[in-house]
Amino acid sequence: MSAILPMLVARDVRKNFGPLAAVDGISLDVVPGEVVCAIGPSGSGKSTFLRCINQLEKIDGGAIWVDGELAGFRRQGDALHELSDAQIARQRLACGMVFQRFNLFQHLTALQNVTEGPVTVLKRDRREATDEAMALLERVGLAEKRDAYPSELSGGQQQRVAIARALAMRPRLMLFDEPTSALDPELVGEVLAVMRDLAKGGMTMVVVTHELGFAREVAGRVAFLDKGRLVELGTSEDVLLRPSHPRTRDFVAAVLR
Amino acid sequence: MTRDPAEFVLGASRIVRRPRWGRWLAATLLVAILAWIGWSFAHGQIHWPTVGRFFTAPAILSGLANTVLMAFCAMVVGIVLGTVFAVMYLSPNPVMQGTALFYIWFFRGTPLLLQLLIWFNLALVFPTIGIPGLVEFRTVDVITPFVATLLGLGMNQGAYTAEVVRAGILSVDRGQIEAAQSVGMTRLTALRRIVLPQAMRVIIPPVGNEAVSMVKLTSVASVIQYAEILRNAQTIYYANARTIELLIVAAIWYLAVVTVLQVGQHFLEKHFSRGYAARRPAKPAGDVR
Repeated sequence: MSAILPMLVARDVRKNFGPLAAVDGISLDVVPGEVVCAIGPSGSGKSTFLRCINQLEKIDGGAIWVDGELAGFRRQGDALHELSDAQIARQRLACGMVFQRFNLFQHLTALQNVTEGPVTVLKRDRREATDEAMALLERVGLAEKRDAYPSELSGGQQQRVAIARALAMRPRLMLFDEPTSALDPELVGEVLAVMRDLAKGGMTMVVVTHELGFAREVAGRVAFLDKGRLVELGTSEDVLLRPSHPRTRDFVAAVLR
Repeated sequence: MTRDPAEFVLGASRIVRRPRWGRWLAATLLVAILAWIGWSFAHGQIHWPTVGRFFTAPAILSGLANTVLMAFCAMVVGIVLGTVFAVMYLSPNPVMQGTALFYIWFFRGTPLLLQLLIWFNLALVFPTIGIPGLVEFRTVDVITPFVATLLGLGMNQGAYTAEVVRAGILSVDRGQIEAAQSVGMTRLTALRRIVLPQAMRVIIPPVGNEAVSMVKLTSVASVIQYAEILRNAQTIYYANARTIELLIVAAIWYLAVVTVLQVGQHFLEKHFSRGYAARRPAKPAGDVR
């Protein structure tokens, strides 16, 4: 008998910004190949929670394991030893991250954005990394934009390059932080299409999004967050069509109106 | 009968430009002033053949070489120190931060001339320097005019450049660092590969400006016997009394060096603004023609 080990385990995660409890005790397990969408009003802590998984925020309480590895600390006896900058950087390799504002490296072309990580961090051969990057750009439909700088690309194109950049590191878990919120409405579809493809390919994904249609179609489970707490977690049908909590019901109704 | 409005469309009609009286007036005035200045110099007490004769005199050329060499070395020291201290200033480590703060406070807060004199007279404080018991030198042998000038100008420049580099680093969007970290870069790698190359766009114009200043600032080193071009020019005119002629020789050389620098700066700026070209193609915001 082999139990499936979860890709992500979050236990009672807490993050405070001054007196504000941005994340107030969230627990969540994600198994390999699963897509979990986190929805909720702005300020609900869903983005902060996502950033905690990637250690862009240091958590104030609880614990996070990514692919079985405790994030940010080494356990020794009953003490937790803080990891060094370099060790945290190595842990981050397990996760790929896609940002709301794309954050493509402005001084590099689309292709260089994708090869930068593999060459500088993973010390891979440049030619090999370039071939692989071209395959990834092909996959997100932007092979012909290889030499364009981010400022020459539309928002949707930039976000697709950003997805390719994250995939080039061969992550085991992909984190999406409102990937379509900064896009013009007509560009949302092309980014969601790439994400849908990725989900079909078996990638484990945690997606913070306002696109309930996407969540309904792609997510195995949907988590509704409000005021830093996980209010409701269930299959996309349950949470989006038959929400059990009144706050979820109000939110879904307000978004779909 | 009304006429077809299309007749008045630009391109279909002859355009009569409005007269630019202001430009003509300004140009006339300027030419008159320039002519007067030129005439004064041509008829003043300047022996132009002397200017020509000393323009390539060995003492002047070696002075020029020393000026360029010192400006270059001091700028390199300044940029290296400036970058190191800017990064220390922005480091989360309070000891690093404090050290950087003190360095900038001290070297920006005292006159350059005073710093040069301190370096040059270091032997009064420390007769010998080195690692005790291992290597030791007499300070007067180590701190030559060249070394004293290099330390003085370089350390002083570093304090100013640190602030410029810090401003450049802060001008880069925080999301760039997070994106770099998300592909597994450490803070230092992100700084080197992602932040600094983008900060260069902001750093180069003021540093270019300071490089121009540095070329001229080397002349201060004449007080501690460093043989740069102005000092050598002075040495010559103390002997032959052709004061203005030799000062003109030095001025022309300074202008020549600075011109070369500005051309270099133009190409550097072009290189480091790649990726921004598409967004800001036409004119800078200050250009309101």
